[in-house]
Amino acid sequence: MTLTTPSHTRARGSGQLAVDLHGVVKRFGAVTAVDGISLQIRPGEVIALLGPNGAGKTSTVDMLLGLSNPTEGTVQVYGRAPHEAVALGLVSAVMQTGGLLKDYTVEETVKLTAVLFGRGPAEVTEALRRAGIADIGKRLVGKCSGGQQQRLRFAMALLPDPELLILDEPTTGMDVAGRHDFWTAIRQDARSGRTVIFATHYLEEADAYADRVVFVRRGQVVADGTAAEVKAMASGRTIRATMPGASEAQLLALPGVETAEVRGDTVLLASRDTDALARHLLNETGARDLEITSRNLEQAFLTLTADDIPGSPE
Amino acid sequence: MTTTAMPPARSLPKFGGFSLGMIKLELRRMIRNRRTVIFTFIMPAVFFLLFGTNASSRTQPAGSGNVTAYILVSMAVYGAMLSTTSGGAMVSVERAAGWSRQLRLTPLKPVAYIAVKLVLAMLIGLASVLVTFLVGSFSGAQLPLHAWIECGLLAWVCALVFAAFGLFMGYLLPSENVMQILGPVLAVLSFAGGLFVPLDALGHTFATIAKFTPVYGVGELARYPLVHDGNLWLAALNVVVWTAIFSAGAMWRFRRDTARV
Repeated sequence: MTLTTPSHTRARGSGQLAVDLHGVVKRFGAVTAVDGISLQIRPGEVIALLGPNGAGKTSTVDMLLGLSNPTEGTVQVYGRAPHEAVALGLVSAVMQTGGLLKDYTVEETVKLTAVLFGRGPAEVTEALRRAGIADIGKRLVGKCSGGQQQRLRFAMALLPDPELLILDEPTTGMDVAGRHDFWTAIRQDARSGRTVIFATHYLEEADAYADRVVFVRRGQVVADGTAAEVKAMASGRTIRATMPGASEAQLLALPGVETAEVRGDTVLLASRDTDALARHLLNETGARDLEITSRNLEQAFLTLTADDIPGSPE
Repeated sequence: MTTTAMPPARSLPKFGGFSLGMIKLELRRMIRNRRTVIFTFIMPAVFFLLFGTNASSRTQPAGSGNVTAYILVSMAVYGAMLSTTSGGAMVSVERAAGWSRQLRLTPLKPVAYIAVKLVLAMLIGLASVLVTFLVGSFSGAQLPLHAWIECGLLAWVCALVFAAFGLFMGYLLPSENVMQILGPVLAVLSFAGGLFVPLDALGHTFATIAKFTPVYGVGELARYPLVHDGNLWLAALNVVVWTAIFSAGAMWRFRRDTARV
């Protein structure tokens, strides 16, 4: 049996969705890990999947890779069932830990992957080079550092030239230099138009590398947009202005103000629509010296993922 | 923008990913493992030299050869058994390392993976029998030519029981050093099955029980071309039944392991 994608369905840049999750629910016994996620990802997007431990990120990734099936809903990757997309090399992944054998060399590990995907020695050399480990090909995997092992996993993931690359907490445990090298390799690779989904808890990575940030909490998507949009969604922005003699009650009556704080002549106003508020302040009041600031992604993360319901599943 | 080259056709590998290339790489890795080499090539030959080559063994006849030959065949069976078990039990290490999960991100079909493991187990089993026989041929074992060939083939082929046993245990035990458990287990089974000591030397009750243990059948069958003694059908039945039991066990654990939940 052979299963071949006709070349015209090569989805890079075409209209087909890279990922289509529809009403996906995943339960393990009484625990609901994923609670109705619907998510569409277009080809070429670089997506960060953020959320606290137990939010359902890994369960979602497992379903995208066909390692598990959803309890309810549908998962499609490039219009196919995930395990089929995996077998065809349309999607590959760099997992967080494990998945390597210590008594293989770096090169043999990639060679074996090539054998399984029916690729030749040229692709092995290319994958090693692009992952930045061509110089340690003869080294035993057990003698490689954590960062080198992670780049080896990256080389294996690159081998089938996937349309979609999934990275699950890819830089956990790496030092700063290792993390930098790893992201340099990923960023160079993403220029080719590959779709990338990465789960991470380094917020600065999501901010720096993702086109789109998806926040997951308790198995649901709680925010979805660009890093800037998500920051605004979570916290709104704050206007700081000089406004002598203003009282808190007056300020709260202004359009769109959520919280107000008076510090002498200075006032701090939080709002979801700071543009409209700024216009109002300048046109209708005596406010001056306006500064508009957004909270950083870290604060947005804490706001969005704060879990005030006790006893949530881990 | 430049136009991109035609993308490679995406197709699934033949035979679910079972390939000579994979077997070659896996074999190289196996031989790199010192413990495997000791179990496969060194231990059976050393046991033979220790217990089978004294003067009385060389002069005392056994069937159409001498006692040295009798012990040689037993040790070849023991070596084949150790090798195929450790070959099958490789799945335990690979599961512990998360390698099995990694392989699920490739087109390799689980059944093809098992087939590769069985081929590897049988290959090192064959190598073990050949090395032991080679040492034996220089150390005073006397067998007719047909017995060399038939005993060797039987020792090897019947060790399939233990390839299935290794797989079963490999899926059952999550340990990284599963052979540290299985090594002693095999030694006990070898005693119980009359591989190290002839069953006549044991009491009657014990000798009867021995016939139901998994090593008994393999040993009896493998020595038959030399001694032409014992109940051939009972031995064959023993091998078939134990192969079926271990294979069923391996399939059961394997299905559980690869199920998408």
